[in-house]
Amino acid sequence: MLLRGKYQGSSFFELLQVDYKHLLPALPADAQPAGAQVPHGTTVLAMKYQGGVLVAGDRLATAGHSVASRDVVKVFATDGNSLMAISGAAGPCIEMARILSVELEHYEKIEGEPLELDGKANKLSQMIRQNLPAAMQGLAVVPLFAGYDLRRKEGRLWKFDITGGRYEEMEFDATGSGGLFARESLKHDWRADLSKEEAVRAAIEALTAAADEDRATGGVDLERKIYPVVKLCSAEGVDEGSEQEIEQAYRNVLERRGRGGASQ
Amino acid sequence: MTMPFYVSPEQIMADKAEFARKGIARGKSIVALEYQDGVLLIAENATSLSKVGEIYDRIAFAGVGKFSEFDQLRKLGVRFADTKGYAYSREDVRGHALANAYSQAIGEVFTREMKPLEIEIIVAEVGDDRYQDHRDNTLYRVTFDGFISDHRRYCVIGGNVEDVESILKNDYQDGMSRSEAAKLGRKALDSGAERGSSLTEENLEVCILSRSRPGRKFERLSTDEVSSMLGA
Repeated sequence: MLLRGKYQGSSFFELLQVDYKHLLPALPADAQPAGAQVPHGTTVLAMKYQGGVLVAGDRLATAGHSVASRDVVKVFATDGNSLMAISGAAGPCIEMARILSVELEHYEKIEGEPLELDGKANKLSQMIRQNLPAAMQGLAVVPLFAGYDLRRKEGRLWKFDITGGRYEEMEFDATGSGGLFARESLKHDWRADLSKEEAVRAAIEALTAAADEDRATGGVDLERKIYPVVKLCSAEGVDEGSEQEIEQAYRNVLERRGRGGASQ
Repeated sequence: MTMPFYVSPEQIMADKAEFARKGIARGKSIVALEYQDGVLLIAENATSLSKVGEIYDRIAFAGVGKFSEFDQLRKLGVRFADTKGYAYSREDVRGHALANAYSQAIGEVFTREMKPLEIEIIVAEVGDDRYQDHRDNTLYRVTFDGFISDHRRYCVIGGNVEDVESILKNDYQDGMSRSEAAKLGRKALDSGAERGSSLTEENLEVCILSRSRPGRKFERLSTDEVSSMLGA
């Protein structure tokens, strides 16, 4: 079985396409739109801060008007220097994040050195383009990709559209159903010299604003102890924000809004 | 009319084995040895072409002989492991399955093809402390004809296995530190080579599978790290 494969290159995604087709989703050309029946993930955001880049997402997945999951994770570390956040159909999105993380590790092992950050973003854009037929059936994958560029020594972030279009953002971005509200909030709070703590707080503020206005976005759920996922990527690698930090940031947000954190 | 000569199967196999052994005997050796925190792989290698590589979380590969052939096997191993880990789970990727797949593939080439592979490989797997049944390190050696064997404590492949092994047999101790293991590895490799001066960090390739690392346990040590380990 070791010698049966035809594929000779360094990409895991292409390896699956050539030799392991059964591990990739097969979508018949005449498939009916599945849009509302499958769980969708909603608001995710990414922003630069002083030391690198921050990516955050709420935890809610919805199917039509129902809650599909309250604690889905939409932000993934795809390797030691990059993060991906997903919005769109949860199943294909999470799978794409998984394939991308195997892809990056696979390339590094086969070639003996990791891809550049640009190369990683470009590869993701090709994978999204491959998903276009499914996107037309309502199973869109619209991620944010961010990472710390070890050559330029700065955080960078990209957004994508369903055709694989790749757009580098200089400050911040948010996508998903609550993305508009999150962007509005970030427009107000974002500065180039945000410290890590300020960036976490701006992210929680933006997600809270999105959850306020958009019914498909989940805010902080103190009752169930479900917090947004916040991950940071700097020269030191990927750092996961702790629940205490996030809860504290949320209480600060509430306090600023004059509701008082403790009683919530 | 010319008649094809009859050559007995025994003769064919013996000739192929002879040919492969000659190719491997020209090469330098590699030692894999267990130390207190995992497995250390040390190879005599003055070039920038690696002989030791990462396969998966807990699995490393080392090959001697013809570079293009063992490097191809290394890549096949990475594809095998990544596909398996993607289809099932990361914990399902095990060294013995990979070593078996190598053994079958190499054996098949040996019997079917005119030219056997002129290589010998090690598949090393470091134990996983999280699971009772995955705790032990394992070292597999697969030779040019697909013969597979498993080893405890240390495993040697390459040109001068007997000399290298005799040093290890005498000097190996359980629970060595990383730098003790590296020093022993260098001493063993030194004995197998015919040369005046001894091996230095410049012509050694050293990689480890370290139990205490989270996630991917493989690490390639830089020349500076190797130098400080050998000096200390």
